[in-house]
Amino acid sequence: MKYQPLNLGRWLLWGATAAVFVIAPLVFTDSFALTMLTQMGAFIIFALSYNMLLGQGGMLSFGHAVYSGLGAYITVHALNLVGKGSFYIPVPLLPIVGGFAGLVFGVLFGYVTTKRAGTTFALISLGIGEMVFACVLMFPGFFGGEAGVSTNRVVGRAFLGLTFGPAVQVYYLVAFWCFACMAAMFALTQTPLGRMANAVRDNPERAEFVGYNTQHVRFLQLVLSSFFAGISGGLSCINFEIVSAENVSAIRSGGVLLATFIGGVPFFFGPIVGAIVFIFFVVALSGFTKAWLLYLGLFFLLMVLYVPGGIASLVLMQIPVIRARRFGELVWPYCLAAGASFVALAGLVGMVEMVYHLSDVSGGTQMALAGVGFDARSGLPWLVFAALLAAGLVALRYASHFVGARWGAIQHDLLARGP
Amino acid sequence: MEFVLVQILNGISYGLLLFMLSSGLTLVFSLMGVLNFAHASFYMLGAYFAYQVSAKIGFWPALVIAPVLVGTIGMLVERWGLRTVHRYGHVAELLFTFGLAYLIEEAVHLVWGRVAVEYRVPPDLDGPLFTIFTSQYPIYRGFMMLVAVAMLVSIWLALTRTRIGLVIQAALTHPQTVEALGHNVPRVFMLVFGGGAALAGLAGVIGGNAFVTEPGMAAAVGPIIFVIVVVGGMGSLAGAFIASILIGCMQTFAVALDWGFAGITISQAAPVLPYLLMVLLLIFRPRGLMGTREG
Repeated sequence: MKYQPLNLGRWLLWGATAAVFVIAPLVFTDSFALTMLTQMGAFIIFALSYNMLLGQGGMLSFGHAVYSGLGAYITVHALNLVGKGSFYIPVPLLPIVGGFAGLVFGVLFGYVTTKRAGTTFALISLGIGEMVFACVLMFPGFFGGEAGVSTNRVVGRAFLGLTFGPAVQVYYLVAFWCFACMAAMFALTQTPLGRMANAVRDNPERAEFVGYNTQHVRFLQLVLSSFFAGISGGLSCINFEIVSAENVSAIRSGGVLLATFIGGVPFFFGPIVGAIVFIFFVVALSGFTKAWLLYLGLFFLLMVLYVPGGIASLVLMQIPVIRARRFGELVWPYCLAAGASFVALAGLVGMVEMVYHLSDVSGGTQMALAGVGFDARSGLPWLVFAALLAAGLVALRYASHFVGARWGAIQHDLLARGP
Repeated sequence: MEFVLVQILNGISYGLLLFMLSSGLTLVFSLMGVLNFAHASFYMLGAYFAYQVSAKIGFWPALVIAPVLVGTIGMLVERWGLRTVHRYGHVAELLFTFGLAYLIEEAVHLVWGRVAVEYRVPPDLDGPLFTIFTSQYPIYRGFMMLVAVAMLVSIWLALTRTRIGLVIQAALTHPQTVEALGHNVPRVFMLVFGGGAALAGLAGVIGGNAFVTEPGMAAAVGPIIFVIVVVGGMGSLAGAFIASILIGCMQTFAVALDWGFAGITISQAAPVLPYLLMVLLLIFRPRGLMGTREG
């Protein structure tokens, strides 16, 4: 037995996460925030399971929704059978059914997809995703066609006095599963399999020389990942009480990829951040504007171009600077860059919203943004927004040089001082 | 007999259209190692540009202008986007083109709306070409085949008979040597990427009015051409050709047949068939029909 010091920071971090899960619904009390939090919980599991493939195994999948979606379909049928009284599983344990369904389909499809790695894996996963989506529409008896299968989560005896009728009970159910899955997936990264997955990602040739079958490692990683994806599918089935073809669609597979990448693929907690941001985009922003997908796509492209480590890497980069007590020097350049981005964003949003407004035939040309009404067909607003965009971009260029210079100086000093 | 002949002709014309798409994708993939996820989006852009241009000036100018426009966009994308992410590796490039596909689809929503536009076959090409037994074969199908074959022959000639074609072929396998000989390899990459996009755009011009021009057309055809690239063998032009014709014929036959099996007719199962073919091929011949490399 090796002596291991108690990792206090890690326990504090996990404790704080659990506390956030418990406290969040007490702070955000209205029902809209609660639905958003519940969706975030289910999506965090989904994104983390996706990162088991992309981040830890180096497998870029375009069909991950297959496992969560089929898990959700099996869960919905199990829940309906419980409702009919065929057999009894307490509702809080139903996500496990989804998880095992995901696992079975992971074994089935993973055997084919993990035969190849890299770009070909990406293409095959896309093909499998399309195949399952087409099948779902082909067998309306089981999958309910376009409309999907609906259910009722308030069935059977109350479990420990919980009926799961009220939304807050569902939230705590999702939160419990989310926390458990987070812990389990983190533990998996510490196992020999997790380490070998990293090795296969970084250098498959050497991993084979050490004596591991890379295809087998990829297969196991995919099967475990689809288990967690299935749990997330089961939770979303309980939450929405309906499962439709959208659950296995390419849109959902693409969504989880976007969320994971935006959060940060190289870090374990990256997908958690990504899932929160993504659900915010989907739920909150889609209520405000029809162009939310455009903004999301643009955000994703900018992240790919300039921040390949995601939001998580941006945060972690600041830690050495804060430790050296030199963050103060960066505050002013950061504020400047943020201000410049805000101006550019305002210009861009204004122009995009005007184009959308004009292409929408039903409405008139009158519109309002930030409380100011104007005519989208007149020239002045276009001029104003274009000027804002141009000014913002110029200022951003200047600010990024400013940030880069300060950042470079600090890094130089830190390196000179040694670790 | 009549049915089989008509279906074969339809299948070949659809397969040639698919090959116009998959050839550009394969060329770009084998040259740059980039799998262009936005390839089908360039196809869609070609159709929409052709719709816009043919509404203003006419179909024949659109046949030239739209591919050129799409090719220019492709070159800009390579110069200002792909080249930046190149240093982060192939996954980053794939993700970049994936994000681009999202963006192009949303931009199309933004400009042309969410419903199909009325992009019609031009009146000169509307009508029957010849009659097989009792059914008439439309001129436009013949025109599609003609354009596709002309394009393929000219690509083949350009790749094997011209100087730039030889440079491209050399850069496929030995980019460093070609660079050392004084050729600007990044510019060759840009031209090839733009050329691939223009090919997709041309396919959009002639496919957009034969089928339907709507914002979902990229998502509908995209997975099929990726399947073709996998089935044919990654990076093999000949394999892509065989796979295109095969899948083209398979699709047109399947849609028209209504033999039932276990309560499902073949025409209902048609959307699944290409993917089933891919799965079966991967189990029995993982490198694809004409693929040379494993992994």
